[in-house]
Formats: sequence, C-alpha cells, structure tokens
Amino acid sequence: MISKDEIKKLADLARIGVEDEEAEDLAGEIDAILGYVKLIQQFHPDEALSKISAEEGSSVINILREDTNPNESGAYTEAILKEMPNTEKGFLKVKKIL
Amino acid sequence: MMDLKNLTISKARKLLDSKEISAIELAEYYLKNIEAKNEELNVYLEVYDDVRNQAEAAQKIIDAGNLKALTGIPLAIKDNILIKGRKVSAASKILENYRATYTATAVQKILDQGGVFLGRTNMDEFAMGGSTENSAFGVTKNPHDPERVAGGSSGGSAAAVAANMALGALGTDTGGSVREPAAFCGVVGLKPTYGAVSRYGLTAMGSSLDCIGPITKTVDDAEIIFNIIKGRDEMDSTSISPPAPSYTKRGSEKTKIGVPYHILEQEGISKEVKENFDESIKKLKDLNFEIVDIKLPNIDKSLAVYYIVMPAEVSSNMARYDGIKYGLSVDGENLLDVYKKTRGEGFGKEVRRRIILGTYVLSSGYYDAYYGNAMRARKVLGEEFANAFKEVDAILTPTISAPAWKMGEKTTPLEEYLADIFTVTANIVGCPAISLPSGLTSNNLPLGVQLMAPHMSENILFEIGKKFLGE
Repeated sequence: MISKDEIKKLADLARIGVEDEEAEDLAGEIDAILGYVKLIQQFHPDEALSKISAEEGSSVINILREDTNPNESGAYTEAILKEMPNTEKGFLKVKKIL
Repeated sequence: MMDLKNLTISKARKLLDSKEISAIELAEYYLKNIEAKNEELNVYLEVYDDVRNQAEAAQKIIDAGNLKALTGIPLAIKDNILIKGRKVSAASKILENYRATYTATAVQKILDQGGVFLGRTNMDEFAMGGSTENSAFGVTKNPHDPERVAGGSSGGSAAAVAANMALGALGTDTGGSVREPAAFCGVVGLKPTYGAVSRYGLTAMGSSLDCIGPITKTVDDAEIIFNIIKGRDEMDSTSISPPAPSYTKRGSEKTKIGVPYHILEQEGISKEVKENFDESIKKLKDLNFEIVDIKLPNIDKSLAVYYIVMPAEVSSNMARYDGIKYGLSVDGENLLDVYKKTRGEGFGKEVRRRIILGTYVLSSGYYDAYYGNAMRARKVLGEEFANAFKEVDAILTPTISAPAWKMGEKTTPLEEYLADIFTVTANIVGCPAISLPSGLTSNNLPLGVQLMAPHMSENILFEIGKKFLGE
C-alpha cells in the first residue's frame, strides 16, 4: 500500500505542488493502478531474455544528425522570447538561484 | 446548394476540380455547421478567423491548375499539433495562451498542398484520456448521443468528422486515441506505423508510442491523408522512410485475417460488442477473406506494459513545463516554489496522476520490477506479433469493449484505463492499426472493429478496410 507521504515525496520529486487531501486520493488511485500493472511481475520470459536490460528490450534505434550547420545566430530568438513569461533585455529572467 | 452531408475528401476533390463548388463555398458549409453545433457539442476549442482567406488561397491554386489531393479540403486539427503563430494548448491550462513557434511537419505537408484548417479540436489534456473528460475546457459530446462522450483523446477530431464539422481531421494516437474516438463516433481512424509520420511539432506524451493519424469518413480518405503526411523527416530521428510495401500476397491464396479469439474471453466486453464482432467476421468471410484462429499468448500483458511505459515517458516529457520557458507561470517565493505552483495549478488531475505514477515506476527501488519487466514484455509482444504475421496478413479485434459511455460514468482512473484493452498493443509493438465502423448497437451507438498489420503495411489495412466498408 502506497502511503500519503510517499505520494507527497514523489510529487516533490516531480516538482508538483499537491495538497494533503489530493495526496490522499492519489494514494488510493495509484495503488489501484499499481495493483493492476503488477501483473507484469508474473511475466517470466525465457532465460536469455530475462537477462537483457530494460534498454536493450527496446528495438527503437536513435539516429542523430551530425553536429554541423548551426542556425544563424538570433534567427529564432525573438519568436521564442515572445513566449517566455519573464524576460529582460533579451534574456530569460528567473528567480535568484544561489 | 447541393447536399454535402455525405461528402468525402475524394468526392469533394471531384467537385472542386470540376468547379461545381468553390473552395470558399465548401469551407463556408463547414463553418456554418460549426456555428450551428459547436456550442452544444464542444468540438472546437478555436475556429480560426482566417478560414475564408485560406479557402481563397486554395481556390487560386485550383484556378491556376496546380491542385493536389488536399487543395481546398477543410480539415480539423487536434489541439496538440503545432501551426506556427497559432494557439495550441493541448487542452491544458498550462499552455492556454501559448502560440506555436514552428509548424509540425505533417501539417506543413498539408499546407503545402493548400489544405484548409478550420480550427483546433478538443482533446483530453496532453492526450491523456479516452473521453475528453480530462480536457481543461470541458468535454466533447458524442454527435450520436450528446449525453455520451465522443471518446478520446482525439474526441474533438472524431466528433468533427462525424457531425460534418470538418471533412477530415488529424488526431494523435498513443494508446488508442485515434481509433477509440473514431469507433465511438462511427468514423474511420488510422494509427500509422510508429515513425511513418513525423512527430515533429506534435506535443510529446509517450515518445516511443505517439503517432499522428487521420480521422475520416472513409478508408479511401484516410489513405489520401496518410499518403500526404507520411515520410522520413530530418527533424524527427525516429521517423522512417517508406520502403516498398512489405506486403506481398501469398501467391493465389486468400488474404488471411487472424483473430485472437482467446482475448474475447476476458471480462468486461459487452455482449453487443461480441455479437457485432461475430457479424463482422462473417462479413469478412463472405467477402472471401480467410479467418484464422491465432494465439497471442502474452497479449493480456499489453495494458500493464502500456500503463507502465506510458506514464514513465509522460513523467519525463512533462518536465519541460516549468513556468520558466513558456506557458503558464505562477509566481512563488523562490524558483522551486514557481515550479511546484505552476505545475500544481497548471496541470489537470489526470496529468498530475500520470506524472506521479511515472515517477514511481522509474524510481530506483522499483525500476526493474516495473519498467524493466514492461520493456522485456514489450519485446516479447513484438516477437509474438512478428510470428503471427508470418501466418496471417492482418489481425482483427474489436476496437472498443463497449460503446461510448455516458459523461461521468467512469468513476476511477483504472476503470477508464481498461477501455484501452484492444488498442494499446499496436502502440506497444509499433504496428499500424485502423478502426472501421462496424454497425450500431440497439441504442444506435456506433461500434468499431480494429485491423492491425505488419510494420509499414498500411496498404493491407486499406485494402481490407475498403472491402469491409463497401468502398
């Protein structure tokens, strides 16, 4: 059984503010979902497959382009700045970090 | 004016090309329908204010004789596919006022032909759901019965086509989000092979599962749109170039359709769905297809695999919405507080739930027990499908286990997740799948059957689908 405190900790890790009452609901709902998906733990593929890692289990191959031909500097700056909630003199403005 | 109720993209093409109708008249017909029905059905979140200009531009292309398959065809677009300069919210408060800074490749290919976009359609927030009940902007109602949901997450796109509020639409499918609403609304929905259509400009949910696909009235129309939007795109490293169709008929043999009868024995499949499925099988036999009983021993694990892999990918994809770079920003005491407030208030309940679930299954103590096992099962399922396709040309199942539910009927998340039981497997193995309307229940609610085919063999789906619908 997943506890309310565990939910609060997971929410913290995921940077989501969750009220106490919602954490309670979420604990019940997530517990039910985990109760269902747990059936995957009864899955016993053959010996060879059980040794492969999760990453190798995926047959998706990533194809990266060569790191060449960069955009012309500033070509997208204005459009992207326009969508930022806080800017100053062409920079993204954030709260003090240190 | 002629009756356009039963218009399809291919029929509209003929009318436009022969100048029996102008692109402007055609667009106005759909705008009029939208005006009459949108308040009740909540299909569009925004109807673009320049539709007439788009149609005029299309008409100029037609008049100049440079027309292509989609020139002047009025389409709807799901609210998670980007068009530069236009609002795109993924039906979320966190992106409510966001304007796209670039255009999705699939959209650009349609725009290049002079296709007309009418507006952006409602969906479950970030495509997470099967009913649009998770939209931050209200539920889309089913045109066949406004007390019921249109399905989801591409519910607005499916309802738009069913209610003649668009001639065709783009949706997205991560676990059934094109096929399930298509079945609920009595239209055709295609989930292409993973990678067949570029995901560039699609708001990411589960990146190893997401596909853009068409929702249309006919299989022919779905094929028309698919042929335009498909193709390798250098902006999406997982996109693939279409090889020559891998499908070759086995000599003079009949086309074989495999039916995993064993999966119909599980609980929760309505009697009417089973009866309708039997009728669909009979229809296919009458059409001279050979039906073969096949076994997919681990298919019962599909839904569990999906509800582990998908939230895991969601939890990482949603990290970009932080109140800093774009979208909603809620002020707080410090940077951490800004993150937590923005994400706590900006995301709806289901999105928060899936992020937290994904964070759990990826956390160090549980990683292998959940994600590791799920990825191994995913590989085994892929092999099972590959083996099955050595024996049969396509696999048939129902699309949905029951017709569209009433708004508010599903009270727990798990209950709603179980509705995806037939659709998630195609996303897990990456194969193409299509939902075809297969008749009505005694309450006149649409039902659908689903065909799956080997990777890059959409042509099999089109061939069987056209025969099934008598096209």
